[in-house]
Amino acid sequence: MTPLELFAQQLANGLTLGAIYALIALGYTMVYGVVQLINFAHGEVFMAGAYAAVFAVLFVGVSGAPWGVALGVAVGAAVILCAALGWAIERLAYRPIRQASRLNAFITAIGMSLFLQNALMLIGGATDRQFPAIVPALRWEVAGVTVTLIQLLVWGSAAAMMAALQWLVMATRLGKAMRATAQDLTACLLLGIPVDRIIAVTFMAGSSLAAVGGVLFGLQYGTINFHDGYLIGMKAFTAAVLGGIGNIPGAMAGGLLLGLIESLAAGYLSAQWKSVFAFGVLVIVLLWRPTGLFGERVADRA
Amino acid sequence: MLRVESLVAGYGRITCLHEVSLEVGAGEIVALLGANGAGKSTTLKAISGLLPIRAGRVVFEGETLNSVPAHQMARRGISHVPEGRRILARLTVDENLELGAYARSDRKAIRQDRDRVFGLFPVLAERRRQLAGTLSGGEQQMLAMGRGLMARPRLLLLDEPSLGLAPRLVEAVFSTIRRINQEGVALLLVEQNAYQALRVAHRGYVLDAGRITLADTAEHLADNPSVRSAYLGG
Ligand SMILES: Nc1ncnc2c1ncn2[C@@H]1O[C@H](COP(=O)(O)OP(=O)(O)O)[C@@H](O)[C@H]1O
Ligand SMILES: [Mg+2]
Repeated sequence: MTPLELFAQQLANGLTLGAIYALIALGYTMVYGVVQLINFAHGEVFMAGAYAAVFAVLFVGVSGAPWGVALGVAVGAAVILCAALGWAIERLAYRPIRQASRLNAFITAIGMSLFLQNALMLIGGATDRQFPAIVPALRWEVAGVTVTLIQLLVWGSAAAMMAALQWLVMATRLGKAMRATAQDLTACLLLGIPVDRIIAVTFMAGSSLAAVGGVLFGLQYGTINFHDGYLIGMKAFTAAVLGGIGNIPGAMAGGLLLGLIESLAAGYLSAQWKSVFAFGVLVIVLLWRPTGLFGERVADRA
Repeated sequence: MLRVESLVAGYGRITCLHEVSLEVGAGEIVALLGANGAGKSTTLKAISGLLPIRAGRVVFEGETLNSVPAHQMARRGISHVPEGRRILARLTVDENLELGAYARSDRKAIRQDRDRVFGLFPVLAERRRQLAGTLSGGEQQMLAMGRGLMARPRLLLLDEPSLGLAPRLVEAVFSTIRRINQEGVALLLVEQNAYQALRVAHRGYVLDAGRITLADTAEHLADNPSVRSAYLGG
């Protein structure tokens, strides 16, 4: 491999990881946008998506079916479970304390995260689990760089979902109501916008993106573990803050950037220290721009 | 049309409305006057469901609204344009107006109403695609009123529409209030500018420390010595 090919390979790997971070980061940023709350349980929702896919594939028994069907079953199960989980988290944990202090919200979010982590461990087991290899291991050499079918799926679905989200938020009535709720909840009530429902839908939409992220993560890395949700969730949260929490294009850019940084750091510096570089970049960016790359306001609530 | 009966409401442990009763008839403009902190805004918030009602009743077109959530008031024909305007600064003028009609689904009639709002406030038509936050104070007030009308209300609650506006704009706001009323919308108008409010209103109430102390026609209130000394500068 020439140095240039090696670099291109690191970029491809970084974009794959970054696309997954971006999908998860969107959930943090959308929820922060509407309720100014950092949903620490979001990393667990992402992991729950991966587990839902594993169990769905096991129980449905897709071995004879074409891989597209198997993938559909995996994604469908993950999205349904995660959307329900997102709805339940908002309804049961966050809505009752919406008027309460930041500290209450912060503690509730941490508690929800720990609760779900343990639930995942009980249901999915404490050890690594194989993620079923439902997508064929096709690979191509493009200008000296290896690209897999899974990577193409990651890039394609992440790009499609981000485009769909951008359209939803900017052009639809629901999206306008979401942006309005993010700005002034009381004004929205007076306009006849069912704010509770808009907030619930926002949680469900963010959780669905994380569900797809969970399936893609399992496909790409082959094994999953209940505590992956914590680390990947923190990285995606970092990506959201990097881009400017509450800002949707910011979460996309932050996710991709973080994936690239980690991949390049792992390739050229030290694989063991890649997370240190990722969090280091966050610290530097926040020192230079406290609101993140795209953000207008500082995160000021848990 | 609207009947408020012995309304009690407040914040936390504090009660700031003590058995407030008032009425707005169909097609009427009713002014609610009172000093700063008297409870005028609180009265509107209790009517529109932003604040829980502790005792008493709010009846609109024969139905009790006490337990109707705030976001359903627009659908029931009540629009509340709150104190401070609360326009959605990072949305465009068009988007603000569109959300004003959120409770409705009759697209064609919504478009007609938007054109009607543009007729009342031509400057909004010029600034349609601009972010609402970039409008001047007067334009923001027009947007808030226009947005309130997009729900096609039968009763409009207006909280201090002239606050902070230059005298020329104050005139414009009050003449718009008259025009809105001529189109058949009843208004409950909260104002510190008692002089102007009593000129457009048919009737009025004076609220003092959470109690209604006077209720009369606008003409009589404007001639009332205590109203003159307290709210009309003698
Ligand atoms: N959000 C609030 N929390 C606590 N007290 C409030 C709140 N809003 C208003 N008050 C109090 O309620 C009383 C009535 O206020 P308000 O209805 O806003 O008066 P007005 O609109 O007549 O100026 C005042 O004493 C005010 O300090
Ligand atoms: Mg007031």
